[in-house]
Amino acid sequence: MTVSTEGVTQTVTIGAESDLLRVRTTLRAESQAAGLGLTAATKLVTAGSELARNIVRYAVHGQGEVLIEALERGGKRGVRATFSDAGPGIPDLEAAMSDNFTTGGGLGLGLPGSKRLVDEFSIDTGPGRGTTVVITQWGR
Amino acid sequence: MRIGRNLLVTLQGDLEDATVEQIERVVTGEVARTQARGMLIDISGLTLVDSFVARVIARLVGMVRLLGAETTLVGMQPAVAITLVELGVSMKHVHTALNAEQGMARLAGLRDDRLY
Repeated sequence: MTVSTEGVTQTVTIGAESDLLRVRTTLRAESQAAGLGLTAATKLVTAGSELARNIVRYAVHGQGEVLIEALERGGKRGVRATFSDAGPGIPDLEAAMSDNFTTGGGLGLGLPGSKRLVDEFSIDTGPGRGTTVVITQWGR
Repeated sequence: MRIGRNLLVTLQGDLEDATVEQIERVVTGEVARTQARGMLIDISGLTLVDSFVARVIARLVGMVRLLGAETTLVGMQPAVAITLVELGVSMKHVHTALNAEQGMARLAGLRDDRLY
C-alpha cells in the first residue's frame, strides 16, 4: 500500500523543556486535522511528549527536532512524527525498549510506553549516530 | 481553593514541566499552611498526562500524605486513563474517584473512619 504525505509538514525544533508544549500542541492540531478520535489523538500526543522529553534529557545539549506530517493511505488519514537527534545514540536498544529500564532517573516507560500508544513505531539508533524514532497514528 | 478542612486543586489544559513542578511546590506549602486534612485534585480539564506529569502528581500525593492529608484524584478523562494504562503508569498508590462529588464523599469517609 502506498503512503503519501499530503504535503503538510511541520518541523518543531527542540532545545529545552519548554519546547515540549509546542510539540504537543502541533501534534494535537495535526491529529484533529487528520480526523483522529480523541483517544487516538491523546495517545499520539502523549507518545510524542515522551519522545521529545527523551531528546531534551539525553541528546547533546538536548537538541533535536520533530518532523510532523499528515499522511494518507488507502482512504485513511494519519499523522506521522519523526523525532531525531544527533545525541549519543542508544548502545543497548533491547534494554531501552524494556519497561522500567532507565539511565536517566525517569520511570523507564518512555520508549516501550510510546510504542504501545501508537499504531506504528520504528527506531534507528546506535552509539555515535544519534537516534531517530518514527511514530504513526491512523484514523479509522 | 479551600472547602472546610479540604483543599481543592484544579489542573487545566496542557501544562509545562516547570509549571507542574511549581504547582507541586505551592500545593505542598498550602497543605502545610492550612493544615488541610484532605485534598481533591480535579484533573477533568487536563488534556495530557504523560509519565512526567503522572510522576509529579504521585510524588505530590506522597508528600501531602506525609503532612497528614489524604488526596483523591478526580475527573480523569477516559482518553487520558486509557493512555496512562497503555503507557504503563499505574498510579496505584493514588486514590481516584469519578468526579468531585464522589471524591469529597471519599475524603469525608476517610475522616469518619479515623474517628471511630
